[in-house]
Amino acid sequence: MTAVLQHPGYEEERMQRVAGQLPGREVQAGMLLSLMGQPQHYSYPSIFIYGHRASGKSHVMHVLLKELELPHATVSCVECVSVTLLFEQVLLSFFGCDAASLLPCSPSLSDFVRIYRQQCSQTPAKETRYIVMDKAELLRDADTNLLPALLRLQELVEDNVTVILLSEIVWDNFRPNTGCFEPLLLNFPDYSKGELQQILSQDRHPSYSAEFYSSYINILLGVFYSVCRDLRELRRLAALNFSKFCEPLAEGKVKETDTHKLWKNIEPHLKKAMQTVYLREVSSLQWEQMQQMEEKEAGALRGVDTHSAVALDDFLRIAAYLASYNPARTDKRFFLKHHGKIRKTNFLKKNEKTSNHLLGPKPFPLDRLLAIFYSVVDSRVAPTASIFSQISSLVTLQLLTQVSHNDQLNAPKYKCAVSMDFICAISRTVNFDIVKYLYDFL
Amino acid sequence: MSKRKVKNDHMPVGECITQVQKILRERLCHQQLPQKLVGVEAQHKHLLELLKRTAIHGESNSVLIVGPRGAGKTMLLKCVLRDLLEEKEVQKNLLQVYLNGLLQTDDRIALKEITRQLHLENVVGDRVFGSFAENLAFLLDALKKGDRSSSCPVLFILDEFDLFAHHKNQTLLYNLFDVSQSAQAPIAVVGLTCRLDVLELLEKRVKSRFSHRQIHLLSSLTFSQYLDQVQAQLSLAHDFPDTKFAEDWNAGIKTLCEDKSVEEVLQKHFNSSKDFRSKHMLLMLCLSRVSVANPAIKPADVLEASRLCLADAKANMLHGLSILELCLIIAMKHLNDIYEGEPFNLQMVHNEFKKFLQRKSNSMYNYDQPVVMKAFEHLQQLELIRPVDGSLAKTQREYQLMRLMLDHSQIMESLQKYPQCPTDVKQWAMSAFG
Ligand SMILES: Nc1ncnc2c1ncn2[C@@H]1O[C@H](COP(=O)(O)OP(=O)(O)O)[C@@H](O)[C@H]1O
Ligand SMILES: Nc1ncnc2c1ncn2[C@@H]1O[C@H](COP(=O)(O)OP(=O)(O)O)[C@@H](O)[C@H]1O
Ligand SMILES: [Mg+2]
Ligand SMILES: [Mg+2]
Repeated sequence: MTAVLQHPGYEEERMQRVAGQLPGREVQAGMLLSLMGQPQHYSYPSIFIYGHRASGKSHVMHVLLKELELPHATVSCVECVSVTLLFEQVLLSFFGCDAASLLPCSPSLSDFVRIYRQQCSQTPAKETRYIVMDKAELLRDADTNLLPALLRLQELVEDNVTVILLSEIVWDNFRPNTGCFEPLLLNFPDYSKGELQQILSQDRHPSYSAEFYSSYINILLGVFYSVCRDLRELRRLAALNFSKFCEPLAEGKVKETDTHKLWKNIEPHLKKAMQTVYLREVSSLQWEQMQQMEEKEAGALRGVDTHSAVALDDFLRIAAYLASYNPARTDKRFFLKHHGKIRKTNFLKKNEKTSNHLLGPKPFPLDRLLAIFYSVVDSRVAPTASIFSQISSLVTLQLLTQVSHNDQLNAPKYKCAVSMDFICAISRTVNFDIVKYLYDFL
Repeated sequence: MSKRKVKNDHMPVGECITQVQKILRERLCHQQLPQKLVGVEAQHKHLLELLKRTAIHGESNSVLIVGPRGAGKTMLLKCVLRDLLEEKEVQKNLLQVYLNGLLQTDDRIALKEITRQLHLENVVGDRVFGSFAENLAFLLDALKKGDRSSSCPVLFILDEFDLFAHHKNQTLLYNLFDVSQSAQAPIAVVGLTCRLDVLELLEKRVKSRFSHRQIHLLSSLTFSQYLDQVQAQLSLAHDFPDTKFAEDWNAGIKTLCEDKSVEEVLQKHFNSSKDFRSKHMLLMLCLSRVSVANPAIKPADVLEASRLCLADAKANMLHGLSILELCLIIAMKHLNDIYEGEPFNLQMVHNEFKKFLQRKSNSMYNYDQPVVMKAFEHLQQLELIRPVDGSLAKTQREYQLMRLMLDHSQIMESLQKYPQCPTDVKQWAMSAFG
């Protein structure tokens, strides 16, 4: 292991300490070190490291730069919401706070490079300086010149500086239309199951043996490895479920070595965790938004009663759902009482390959919604004048989305934004057999 | 100590390697100027003569250096300037202003930078100018010598020249070219750009003031010249402290460049791009493998460096997907085949995946919709799939139309490399229909 991490310019002891902190990343660390070269030499102007989340990109950079005491500035593009913060961070790390305070308010790239050059002519780099840009994909949303300038910063500031970009997006999706300085690409592959086992086992609980914790990790990976390889999430899951794993032990039912019994106890629990913990707590922002929407739906569902005003509202949603998922040309068949002899085969277009429920809701104009609404309400509930206000409240609740904009010339269009299960539940409460009216289920 | 003695000093290998790394890294990573530029002698001569006319005879001029990225535009200009500045008189008089389209993003910033580089901040003070032209004229006037009969020649270098054409009204370009045509002050405007169509970006009044002189750096390199360059760039000069080591090293490089497998690799790189930069990247990867334990570049090092350079990044990313995510990719591939590249949504993908599951007895891949949704979102976050333009926020996530950003061969190739890929998944991927 230590054989890989040898490098002129650094003491062996130090390299060993580095290697010890990077299980499973020896090859990548060795590769990086040889690219970086000896501290006083030049390194490639920009290096782009890509790999899945939690593949140790930030970790490896952090350990290398810290342990080897190399001059560096680490910038998280998430935290640096403005370029001012980025410039400050870099100047501060390399030249101290006096340099950072030279930046004018809302500085331009030109200001940054000017001050950098000034400062480095006073204190030229004895060793390569490194700027690490974490979550570099966000640089694409910044000023268009920022990324190309960073990539060739060495040339612009005429200093021994190397910019290292970390990202989980491939470089091809970064390259500007007119091209730029091409960085050296380096991949951090995903950890293998064995490496994950090794890294996760390091977190062992002090009051249990290493083998015991390791067998727990083995079971955990057995359940989750097929859906999730993210070290950070796995670590979280391991911490959350460990006490459950130990339960039979604490109750004195099994011994530490009885792996099979322990497995039988924990497996169903972990399976459940996949649907709850894994999905909810460690979710993306989008998932959270979806959650919120589901909660609103559930809230709305709880409030269902047969009071006519509420029922009216329900029929409106049903109508919206039908309008979204049925082709407009079938309305006649479903909603005209005396539609005469239109045979089913006539209007079932057999060449329609995909069901509308696969394609998702289609937008519809207001008048179509109202037509369907009046037809399904029939005489069950007397329509009131409040119907329009109810439509707008459905839009605010996000149960209905407005597709075209208010101020457009053509009439607004809507889409139904609720799930099939939800609309079936509503239909039941108002005694409406919705499946009979859905084209897909004919 | 006699010079000869130093030269014959035998250094330990470690020290030699350190020297090799230092010297070659300055070449490959730091644009160190070579003694003499090879391959662009004509361009060098042309540019040197043009600039001499401004620097020595006080004639104004303008010229564009055009060539692809990494073709050596900056290098050419720097070498010419180095040679130009060898003349004492030039060294004393010539002023240089460096502007870069990436940095000076508008004309106000550019003017500030010009003032600063000409050291005229104090002269300008709090003065307010009516127009850009007035301001520039003031600056140039301030450079006039004591007797006011002549003025210091100023060289304006505009890197990423095409970006200046996007500035409002092209004011800077207009004024610089205007001065270069009138006899106000001796200036030379040198633009560097990678855009061959750069003249089309210029407004008519700007274009008409430009001299229309262009120096092109279009590579007409043959492969044998390319090989020579590789050898030259890796070879050590005669002044290397340990003569014996340098001789051995250079002989090693020569043998390396004659190796059949190396030649094959270099041919491949030559075919994809001929510019210096991409070659430097390859050579840098080779150099980084040189150490005391491996004190020469071997064919295997070149092969490995080339493998790294040419690696398919997306295939690398596919390697790290979960089996569920991989299955979704395969389902998308089938949808792409069936619907001839029409966009798809999660529902359709999940449906396709379910069809596969139904044909199997065991249910190890039966995940709930939210788990599948999360996997789908992850693929989107990795930009392996991308939403079709428009209607982003308006559609529910599972109906959002997407496109797959991978091609057939990338998917099939990474399936081969996928760790412990189940056979049935592989077969499913290879079957012609979902
Ligand atoms: N090889 C490793 N050994 C120990 N911990 C690691 C290792 N790789 C990553 N980690 C830990 O996993 C977490 C995620 O790693 P990180 O470096 O932030 O991933 P990335 O930057 O690739 O998304 C961090 O807390 C880090 O400390
Ligand atoms: N004639 C040449 N001989 C050897 N190396 C060169 C030559 N021209 C350029 N280079 C090298 O190629 C690299 C790219 O050159 P550069 O001048 O920066 O390109 P450009 O400005 O056109 O993008 C530099 O590292 C430089 O050292
Ligand atoms: Mg990170
Ligand atoms: Mg250049």
